[in-house]
Amino acid sequence: MAKAKLTPELLKEIYYYMALSRAVDDRMWILNRQGRAPVVYSSNGHEATQVGAVMALNRGEDWIVPYYRDLAMVIAYGETPREIMLHLLGRAADPNSGGRQMPAHWGLKRRHIMTTGSVVATQDVHAAGLALASKVLKDGRVSLASFGEGSTSQGEFHEALNFASVHKLPVIFLNENNGYAISVPARKQMAIMDVAARAQGYGIPGVIVDGNDPIKVYEVTQEAAERARRGEGPTLIEAKTYRFVPHSSDDDDRAYRSREEVAEWKKRDPVMTFEKRLIDEKVMTEDELKAMQQRIKNEVNDATDFAEKAPLPDPNTLGRYVYAE
Amino acid sequence: MAVMSYLEAIRETLRQELRRDSRIIIYGEDVGVRGGVFRVTEGLQKEFGEDRVMDSPLAEAAIIGTAIGAAVNGLRPIPEIQFADFIFPAINQIVQEAARIRYRSNGDFGVPLVIRAPFGGGVHGALYHSQSVEVFFAHVPGLKVVIPGTPYDAKGLLAAAVEDEDPVLYFEHKAAYRSLKGEVPEERYLIPIGKADLKRSGKDISIITYGLMVNYALKAAEALEKEGISAEILDLRSIRPLDVQMILETAKKTGKVLIVHEDNLTGGIGGEISALIAEHALFDLDAPIRRLAGPDVPAMPYSPPLEHAFMITSDKITEAARDLAKF
Amino acid sequence: MAQRELLSGQPVDWQKLKTMYYYMVLSRKLDERMWILNRQGKAAFVISCQGQEGAQVGVALAMDPSVDWITPYYRDLGVVLAFGMTAREVMLGFLAKRDDPSSGGRQMPSHYGLRAKHILTGSSPVTTQVTHAAGLALAMKVRKVPGITASFLGEGSTSQGEFHEALNFASVHKLPLIVVVENNGYAISVPQAHQMSVINVADRASGYGIPGVVVQGSDPLAVYEATVAARERALRGEGPTLIEAKTHRYTPHSSDDDDRSYRPEGELLREKADDPVVMFRNWLTTYQKWDDQQETALLKRVREVVDDATDYAEKAPYPDPSTLLDHVYYSPQV
Ligand SMILES: Cc1ncc(C[n+]2csc(CCOP(=O)(O)OP(=O)(O)O)c2C)c(N)n1
Ligand SMILES: Cc1ncc(C[n+]2csc(CCOP(=O)(O)OP(=O)(O)O)c2C)c(N)n1
Ligand SMILES: [Mg+2]
Ligand SMILES: [Mg+2]
Repeated sequence: MAKAKLTPELLKEIYYYMALSRAVDDRMWILNRQGRAPVVYSSNGHEATQVGAVMALNRGEDWIVPYYRDLAMVIAYGETPREIMLHLLGRAADPNSGGRQMPAHWGLKRRHIMTTGSVVATQDVHAAGLALASKVLKDGRVSLASFGEGSTSQGEFHEALNFASVHKLPVIFLNENNGYAISVPARKQMAIMDVAARAQGYGIPGVIVDGNDPIKVYEVTQEAAERARRGEGPTLIEAKTYRFVPHSSDDDDRAYRSREEVAEWKKRDPVMTFEKRLIDEKVMTEDELKAMQQRIKNEVNDATDFAEKAPLPDPNTLGRYVYAE
Repeated sequence: MAVMSYLEAIRETLRQELRRDSRIIIYGEDVGVRGGVFRVTEGLQKEFGEDRVMDSPLAEAAIIGTAIGAAVNGLRPIPEIQFADFIFPAINQIVQEAARIRYRSNGDFGVPLVIRAPFGGGVHGALYHSQSVEVFFAHVPGLKVVIPGTPYDAKGLLAAAVEDEDPVLYFEHKAAYRSLKGEVPEERYLIPIGKADLKRSGKDISIITYGLMVNYALKAAEALEKEGISAEILDLRSIRPLDVQMILETAKKTGKVLIVHEDNLTGGIGGEISALIAEHALFDLDAPIRRLAGPDVPAMPYSPPLEHAFMITSDKITEAARDLAKF
Repeated sequence: MAQRELLSGQPVDWQKLKTMYYYMVLSRKLDERMWILNRQGKAAFVISCQGQEGAQVGVALAMDPSVDWITPYYRDLGVVLAFGMTAREVMLGFLAKRDDPSSGGRQMPSHYGLRAKHILTGSSPVTTQVTHAAGLALAMKVRKVPGITASFLGEGSTSQGEFHEALNFASVHKLPLIVVVENNGYAISVPQAHQMSVINVADRASGYGIPGVVVQGSDPLAVYEATVAARERALRGEGPTLIEAKTHRYTPHSSDDDDRSYRPEGELLREKADDPVVMFRNWLTTYQKWDDQQETALLKRVREVVDDATDYAEKAPYPDPSTLLDHVYYSPQV
């Protein structure tokens, strides 16, 4: 793939996906507080990392193996707001799981989004496996796994990086380091400042990037993807970011982090700062921005209505898809 | 038709499958140059190259987890776990991922995958090189569990497992590798998974079993024949799915059922088979169902007297069957 | 090996070094005897320490068995002997006799474990012992008892997730733990290059913010000093250390293995030039602390110990089959 340029169109597209996912995310919380959606996991705060990273991939062709935090990632990868809402509300037509999994358990073969479970870090090895097939089949695809910093304490994180580095697999490990695993701060999770420091133990590059800057994330991911396609093996990217909301709608983050800390990070809200930058740098006019925001609002409304009207799964389907049909 | 050992039948089937389908890859610990610690994959790396038959790092969760990813992205992996006892680090990947992926994605994804692992005792393997682990997996919907008892079945079942669209665990008894020999056709054939096989027809009692124990049961049947007891032997061949129909047929036919497995008694597949018979054929029984199984200790001990006390033998089967026939 | 005035900052205690050499020779000779018994059909299985004695004894003698604990792996004959297990105890386990203190003949040989000697029972699935060791160390920290735990494993076993989980856990909690990787270049047939993409396992230490030290396993004094330093750090509450000892495996993986299919020609011969037992003896000799007479006397003594252990274990009874069901759960009787 030729190196894509950061054209104004691309910048606008990045912003569009970031703003769209923020709007979808906000709506999910409203639905939850209204008692219409049982649980919400947010990408709120992580949008720059998630969108920046996948825009550097060959979307729909390369594989991504996301985790529950990756709403913005899957939206940028082609899962539509309607599909997201069908999933949130557990509808029959939910393409991720037909209403079987909890919300935020992505998976959409059409777009090469690998199905994911709840057990953290299992996806790291899956990504290595997808990449193993790409190496054997020479299909030119890259795989990207994303995961929180807390999940790097799992053995499978280590097994995946080791396996992928031994076999020089075309895979990118994207760590979204938001400083917390539910309530556990990173310093109780690991005795190092940077997850990226672990790359040395596998002889692969470990790159730290500002996870609130989509351009920077885009660039490092692009480089990692090129390295992967050249057959040089995996890269570990650590994007430093922050989640602005509790771990999930069942969590209350006041118990474990100060409001000042949250406020400090909010000054660097990736959606707001990127929006300002596009206006300041005249990539977008105020009018364009308004039009886009209106479009997003309509999309979110449409998706919500669509999903709410959609039928729930038929109980008779409980026993389906245990084995191939 | 060539006479082959159980091990050769597996190796030749792997070779045939690798030749037939370029999407198949084999990997695991020591499967490359070494040809596996039991030499099941001997010569395969040489013939098919390092991309298709490769050594993996010593990490079972990674072996199975990557096989899942590879299966989704167009390969047909046949990972090997060096000993079934070492499958446990990967149990999360097998039970929570491979088994659930089709269901959780509502049919969008599937994981065609054959996990091979040598199992079973009586080979001085002690606690961690002797275990029967099949029932951990037989409990899980989404998985299939195959345990061939003859070289012929080993081939047909392995080919069928490779064709299957779902994850299949294929367990090979270590003591069967070189001790069992039999005729194996050259050409490819499939034995449907979930189909039991009547290995011997009889009228007085039914012995229901699988794997290596089939052979011990056949030997026991010969001894019983001399005593005038006619034993029928049903080889399950897979314990998930179970061939319910054949189980009930034989139970109804003889009215006396002995279930044999090396796996521990409590929670072994024998309990499930007993329940099926009790539910559907209770009034055809002439005696209570009997189970002959490994004792309820965590695993097989090493020291010869202890190992012997644990193992099922054809003598123990003969004795239990005789007892049952007299009831 | 260079001349030394000091060892870990102390004047060299030559008696201790002779003890070190004794354990290295004892391990080698006991190991060799095991192979003979195996070839005679008297023992089903052998797995060896040969080539790793320097690393094993070097670590063990830098510890204090009265307060420290170890979680060894199957190759660690040298570790357990130097830590206090007797040759008789080892041979009872090797021949699977009733009085085998490790498991009463239940486990395969070389699965050491003996509470009284602070050796934690180990299993065959590799690397589980490293998380156990972190747990032992956690208890030491919480209970504020003196002592540290050392855990041993091969380089291949570092590919397991539990290696990572243990080091991460121990470093977060600054546990008194030493993880010793005996890198012999192979995991059965798999060479290190197929196991990891780094030259030194010790490079992984930086991923946990702990020291990673590489030492030559044929130099038991370097191993000893690295262990002393790691132990002191652990006792100061500064957390774990990863020590990687570069060693060799002079035998096939086990008596069930044939290494001719995967070891390049001449490799073993080259590695034999770095034999820890020979190297250490030569070193002692060079510095006039050892002579042929002493060597002869030592070999005689070792031979007696090995003969005695073999005879004793051969005559010892097997377990009674009626004990098969013992020890599945706690019982006040047995
Ligand atoms: C194996 C496993 N253990 C525990 C959990 C429960 N759990 C869900 S998310 C989470 C925290 C993950 O934190 P991190 O990896 O940092 O991701 P973040 O949510 O911060 O993006 C935990 C403990 C789980 N899902 N899986
Ligand atoms: C979990 C697990 N998988 C596989 C095995 C089989 N196995 C036993 S030893 C071994 C190689 C270990 O190599 P290494 O860690 O380098 O130790 P070494 O034997 O070289 O000292 C393997 C694969 C095992 N014991 N445990
Ligand atoms: Mg986090
Ligand atoms: Mg090794």
